[in-house]
Amino acid sequence: MEHRHQKAPLFHVRKKDDTTFVQAVLIRAVFIILALLVSALFIFFVTKLDPVSVYMSMFKGAFGTARRTWITIRDACLLLMISVALSPAFRMRFWNCGAEGQVLIGGLTTAAFMIYMGNKIPTAALLTLMLVVSAAAGGIWALLPAVFKAKYDTNETLFTLMMNYLAIQLVEFFVDFWDKKQSHSVGIINMTSQKGWFPALFGQQYAINILLVVIITVGVYIYMNYSKHGYEGTVVGESVATARYAGINVPSVIRRNVLISGAIAGIAGFVEVAGISHTISKQTAGGRGFTAIIVCWLAKFNPFIMAVISLFLVFLDKGAAQIASDFGLNEFASDIITGILLFFILSAEFFINYSISRSEPGKEAH
Amino acid sequence: MQEAAVSMRHISKSFGKKVIANHNVSLDIYHGEILSLLGENGSGKTTLMNMLSGVYFPDEGEILVNGEPVSITCPKDAFDLGIGMVHQHFKLIDVFTALENILLGLPKENDEKSGRQKVEEICSKYGFDLNLDKKIYDMSVSEKETLEIVKTLYRGADILILDEPTAVLTPQETEKLFAILKNMRRDGKAVIIITHKLNEVMELSDRVAVLRKGENAGTVKTSETNEQQLTEMMVGEKIVLDIKRDFVEDKAKRLEVKHVTVLNPDGKKVVDDISFDLYSGEVLGIAGISGSGQKELLEAIMGLQHCEKGSSVIYNSTAHGVHELVGLDTKQIIGYGLHLAFVPEDRLGMGLVGNMGITDNVLLKRYRKGNGPFLHKTQPRQTAEKIRSELEVVTPDLEYPVRRLSGGNVQKILVGREINNKPTVLMTAYAVRGLDINTSYTIYNILNEQKKKGVAVIYVGEDLDVLMALSDRIMVICEGRMTGMLDGRTATKEQLGYLMTKTGGAE
Repeated sequence: MEHRHQKAPLFHVRKKDDTTFVQAVLIRAVFIILALLVSALFIFFVTKLDPVSVYMSMFKGAFGTARRTWITIRDACLLLMISVALSPAFRMRFWNCGAEGQVLIGGLTTAAFMIYMGNKIPTAALLTLMLVVSAAAGGIWALLPAVFKAKYDTNETLFTLMMNYLAIQLVEFFVDFWDKKQSHSVGIINMTSQKGWFPALFGQQYAINILLVVIITVGVYIYMNYSKHGYEGTVVGESVATARYAGINVPSVIRRNVLISGAIAGIAGFVEVAGISHTISKQTAGGRGFTAIIVCWLAKFNPFIMAVISLFLVFLDKGAAQIASDFGLNEFASDIITGILLFFILSAEFFINYSISRSEPGKEAH
Repeated sequence: MQEAAVSMRHISKSFGKKVIANHNVSLDIYHGEILSLLGENGSGKTTLMNMLSGVYFPDEGEILVNGEPVSITCPKDAFDLGIGMVHQHFKLIDVFTALENILLGLPKENDEKSGRQKVEEICSKYGFDLNLDKKIYDMSVSEKETLEIVKTLYRGADILILDEPTAVLTPQETEKLFAILKNMRRDGKAVIIITHKLNEVMELSDRVAVLRKGENAGTVKTSETNEQQLTEMMVGEKIVLDIKRDFVEDKAKRLEVKHVTVLNPDGKKVVDDISFDLYSGEVLGIAGISGSGQKELLEAIMGLQHCEKGSSVIYNSTAHGVHELVGLDTKQIIGYGLHLAFVPEDRLGMGLVGNMGITDNVLLKRYRKGNGPFLHKTQPRQTAEKIRSELEVVTPDLEYPVRRLSGGNVQKILVGREINNKPTVLMTAYAVRGLDINTSYTIYNILNEQKKKGVAVIYVGEDLDVLMALSDRIMVICEGRMTGMLDGRTATKEQLGYLMTKTGGAE
């Protein structure tokens, strides 16, 4: 009998399908508290600091001053925009891993227009023009893999990833081409004239950034959920056979949705260059194209949840930078803290969907 | 009394809180007998057997083998206890030969030479007919089935579990399999066969254990029962097992299929020069081994397959005139308003979108209707409500994802949508596969009603008894070719079985 009990599996993992909203919120709350406690232990024993003041400093880093708050919101908006860009493609199960490149190409086109057209046309016209061409550039960058996917069923994950490297090389080439001082950097474009820069709106420097992101997010939400096109995309994502059964032209839907996806990522590049950094380098996208994949997945393509997650990730990022500078920690220590926080928060999702119980040896024998 | 080979006592297994697959089930199997495990789809037969073969571990209860309590935590434990299971979906490696599949994963002493000898001994002992050097991808379903059984026997199985072994076999192949199983019984093995085909239960088994909704519904000796009683045990209520076939006098030609040929991606003819006419007010049954081109034929008519040159499908309806369908794609067929309804085999993979509710699924073939770029859902919502109330679809609400509904409800939604548009031609593929008995009869009734309304109905089926009871004419196909057209009222099973395996085509 002893032998038998030892052989029974240790844990039973069961799918839960009756978690209520309140329970889900409670589970998340518990895990956030756990996360804070565990990283407090790390802070206390490893870095010998006071956890409370470290947490305070994190918060200050993101929301300490009005300017920091605006910057946090600005960066969250940019991440949100790239995440929203991915959703028309992801909804169709087209795994666009090329947002990084699409953002870069959008930014590169924007920079080119700032440099060459900056002094030739009025700012309003220039901004509109840049919006259009950056969208076109990002769209084309995404369309190429989509065309091959639609026609030859090539693997879009690899193809879009390779397009990133192409974009990076192109940017490097132009940076050197435009670089007048042999500094391997373009520097701030139109530093004095500020041609092609987003003007302040209502006295707020980043109002246009935020406005653009809100418009696009709401627009994509409506397009995906209430339009005939959006419906087609969803059906294709669920099953290509069903889409064909319904008479949907699958290749054209793939091309269209991916074009939209790339175009929005291109616009994000435009926002980054014309609205934030006013320069271009291979760091312009800064890995956001990949972070956006996580955001998009975690939110299950819901743009409003994406907004929350984007803000949270940017908050962690700013907070980590702040504690690194406040306490003279190296970046790795603060990365470990944010890592612990993320780990627990993601674990909460598992416990919302599954329940684990210890196998009771007495039960089988009864 | 002889000791049971396997004894399952008070077994319970649930998945999540809502899905209780087995509840307090007890079952005894003796050496030298064939036990049928009977029950409707979803009654927990396979789950129960999976706990014997080590796929699942029971939440509660105990298992005894030859009187000893045992704990089976993985398939290897099951093998060690002499329990072997042939799953419904074969676990074979396509690019290996039969022998390689048998020896795969076994200790070194099972080399090719001694292995071959032992396998050949098993084959001659029980009467298996198996080419050991044939690759799996060259094998028919029946050969794969045979191989799976030999494989479990080679591994020393004393207690053999077969999950719906006859689902894809022809009557002749089934007979052969049954002869082998009877040999095994004579040899003292315990055989459990999971099935929902009553005639097989009656023919083959010594005892029948019936499961209903995951619980014991009784165990009876086959000699002391009959099909009607077994059905009642399965369903839990009295039901009438009659399909009412009317004769419709007034017939008009609706489809004229001529020389339709379809190639698969490898260039092989999957539909080979098939011609037939389809009339209003009739049910045309299509019989054939699964994968003989039935799917491709229906898809070709729907514009979902590319037809080779010389193919022609003339659609003729009083309301919409005469159209050549070959060359049109599905969008055009829907766009022209041609009333071709199609209930495909793969309900959630082709006919419906699993993650959408009824309303959005009703929308599937008509989402283009209405002006502007946005969807118009008012009418589809009404249709969805109509389908739900008329066909008694059980769902929390119209937006609830259909993939979470039972198979019967899913099929009601699909059929409901297709007949809602008042079809001229209604094509169905395996319309009752996996459905419970009550829903199956609901579907047969719907098809007969449609026929009476003057719809031309195609019924691709696998259960020959149903095909013979439902169809006015039965077309038989084998390897993409038509091998016969029989009168549904006079055709016999033997005739059908012969034509289903007649590879040369019709003379």
